[in-house]
Amino acid sequence: MTRALALLRRRLVGSVFVLLIVVIGSFLLLEAAPGDAVDAYIVSTGGDAGMIELLRHRWGLDQSELTRLANYLWALLHLDLGQSVTFSQPIRNVILDRLPTTLILMGSATALSFGFGSALGIYAGARPGSFRDRFLSIGSLALYAVPGFWLGLVLIVVFAVDLRWLPIGGIETIASAKTGLARATDVAIHLVLPVSALGFIYLALYLRMMRAGMAEAWRQDFVLAARARGLPRRRIVLAHVARNALLPLVTMLGLQSAQMLGGSVVIESVFAVPGLGRLAQEAVAGRDTPLLLGIILVSAVLVVAINLLVDLAYAFLDPRVGASEAGT
Amino acid sequence: MSVLTISRRGLLAGSALLLASTALPAIGRAQTPKKGGRLIVAADSEPRNLNPAIVASNGVFFISSKVVETLAEASFDGKDGLQPRLALSWQGAADGLSVTFKLRDGVKWHDGKPFTSADVAFSALEIWKPLQNLGRTVFKDLEAVDTPDELTAVFKFARPTPFQLIRNALPALTSVVPKHVYENGKIEDNPANNAPVGTGPFKFAEYKAGQYYRLARNDDYWGKDEPFLDEIVYQVLPDRTSAAAALEAEEIQLAAFSAVPLADLDRISKVQGLKVVTKGYEGLTYQLVVEINHRRKELADLKVRQAIAHAIDKDFVVKTIFLGYAAAATGPVPKNDPQFYTPDVPTYPFDVAKANDLLDEAGYKRADDGKRFSLKLLPAPYFNETKQFGDYLRQALAAIGIDAEIVNNDPAAHMKAVYTDHAFDLAVGPPVFRGDPAISTTILVQGGIPDGVPFSNQGGYKNAELDALIAKASETLDTSARTALYKEFQKMVAADLPLINVAEWSFISVARDTVGNIANNPRWAVSNWADTYLES
Repeated sequence: MTRALALLRRRLVGSVFVLLIVVIGSFLLLEAAPGDAVDAYIVSTGGDAGMIELLRHRWGLDQSELTRLANYLWALLHLDLGQSVTFSQPIRNVILDRLPTTLILMGSATALSFGFGSALGIYAGARPGSFRDRFLSIGSLALYAVPGFWLGLVLIVVFAVDLRWLPIGGIETIASAKTGLARATDVAIHLVLPVSALGFIYLALYLRMMRAGMAEAWRQDFVLAARARGLPRRRIVLAHVARNALLPLVTMLGLQSAQMLGGSVVIESVFAVPGLGRLAQEAVAGRDTPLLLGIILVSAVLVVAINLLVDLAYAFLDPRVGASEAGT
Repeated sequence: MSVLTISRRGLLAGSALLLASTALPAIGRAQTPKKGGRLIVAADSEPRNLNPAIVASNGVFFISSKVVETLAEASFDGKDGLQPRLALSWQGAADGLSVTFKLRDGVKWHDGKPFTSADVAFSALEIWKPLQNLGRTVFKDLEAVDTPDELTAVFKFARPTPFQLIRNALPALTSVVPKHVYENGKIEDNPANNAPVGTGPFKFAEYKAGQYYRLARNDDYWGKDEPFLDEIVYQVLPDRTSAAAALEAEEIQLAAFSAVPLADLDRISKVQGLKVVTKGYEGLTYQLVVEINHRRKELADLKVRQAIAHAIDKDFVVKTIFLGYAAAATGPVPKNDPQFYTPDVPTYPFDVAKANDLLDEAGYKRADDGKRFSLKLLPAPYFNETKQFGDYLRQALAAIGIDAEIVNNDPAAHMKAVYTDHAFDLAVGPPVFRGDPAISTTILVQGGIPDGVPFSNQGGYKNAELDALIAKASETLDTSARTALYKEFQKMVAADLPLINVAEWSFISVARDTVGNIANNPRWAVSNWADTYLES
């Protein structure tokens, strides 16, 4: 356990610096984009010079970049994410409102792609070069080549418009006043299409990685030894070949979590899911710097946390990892 | 699963039978709308301020006009194109210094308090004049609002203000909000801006960010038997393709403001149970305009501007980009305006040879590579059609030897580039005609406007004669004299081309056949929907 704690401590210290760099970098990037929150706002309203000046003053945009960055960081130090001008609400509330949706969407999609991907990978990798291996490899590659939004639209046309088995979009039936289990079921039904669209694309990645890892493991001496010992084939496949091929997949899982956050922007728009990805897109379009920074911060914390978990899982799965740190 | 398919087929057959059997009675019943039901509507954006008294824009009205009412609404057949709402009558004084409104009796706010002239006075003086995007111009000379009794409001102006302008401004600029809700604290920070309180047929019930707005029936509404609907739900659908799919799947019943892309209309119109409606937007005309930066010496030359006007095939634009759902423009007032439009202006028929001659005359000969000069073209990103027209214009200009480089920006960046930084040579813009040229049209060509004012003349165009005409019209009280001045204005703009008006378009609604009383006034999508109903 001390090993895990030491890892945790070192990671946390490093993470604070990473987050600080992320915040300052994003702030400067968004400042460099032409137009500010007032420009974005008056697109839909119009207005005269006096009104625009008034808005810039009210939203604090007449201060210098440095002052605003300093103010933001100072507030952040007090765990205050600031006020969103796009939503006229504290950013904390805006993000907390969307975070669960994104977590459910991402979590289910990751579970789907990891679960199905590795299972199919084992199936294919059990007999590398066989027909089923070739079929799955090519099929998954084709799926991986499909753009996410297009897959989403096809799923909508087939399952929501033509067959009408599933709802077109949203996270739950609107204004339905459902609670408890009924609501959970409702959310689950709404998630089927977006999770499939998001998950199936990344499935290929895990499948191919598993399969490649297994193909390599088959050539290792310990597999030969296991065979020589007369172990049943099933046990060799699962306990020896697949387990050794699993480690890179866990690494991938950590990396993938960040990608998934990005990929969900498109899927969230197509399926009208009110998640963080869409919020980020709105924040950029509205030049709502503090809101975007808030989203980036929360996402960064998420990614750091997931990678920390991955590292811990690693240490658990492979005794060699972190052995050198045991003494420190 | 097969059970589901069969049941759906059975359902279809059943409903077809049902339709056939009720077809005849349905015709008779169409006049007597049904009560009850939830209307689900597609919404493509979530306005951050829902107070229509502060933000007079179609995006806000689309939702808020059902909650907060104006003094009068536009009408196809009413006197001066208006029908009463919160005001029953309006009378302008001969000297243009006052307008008297008689207000509707027995109207209650959604919180139960009575609506009085004090609310009108408060809205006008504290919100429309100092805070509203359009009201700051139209009501700039409003000095006081007298309230001799609870149902009379007398607007007093410091300078003579044309009654015609005030009348034309009533439908969009006069949303009345309750004084007792707004009188304490800063108006801009009032929570009611995000959950409006009004007198309208629907009360604001609920907003779930990123998901929906819900409006619920106001049982105490002043309109007899109105409203018909129990609820209106605006479902947020950010992706435009999904609005059409949601209509087909019967998840929503109405998509207004062309939420279904023009390219999909042909297919959608053939889907059983759906109708495509082009009426109901006559008072919301958008204009497709080429904005010109007169600081470029080539573009400051009238011959060059004429050449560009001749190079644009307006009919092609209407047919190909707008798929026929638009009209070719002649000048700064759209053809469908009943009061001001005149066709009697200089026109620029499509003529590439003439355009080339004009450029030769202006002294911009083709170089060896066939190009005369290059310029930057910034199409506004707000509509598909403005972007597509940008691509077309580039080709049209290439035909007359002008090499246009297209610069694509997102809305905020386009706003800054064109209206603050003037970093453009040509831009494609979609200004709105709001029933009177003085509201938001003359500003497009008027000189002396400060930098950074959106949807105004930021092209550095100055014409003392035109400015004098605009000034004169703004203080001319007699309606026919004022109208004549605006006809003169159209001629002058068409002759000198401070900008080039290409086409005029409105929006299209797609609805299920069960939705009744849609499109029964010229601003239907942004009116109060008190008489809209759903057949079950």
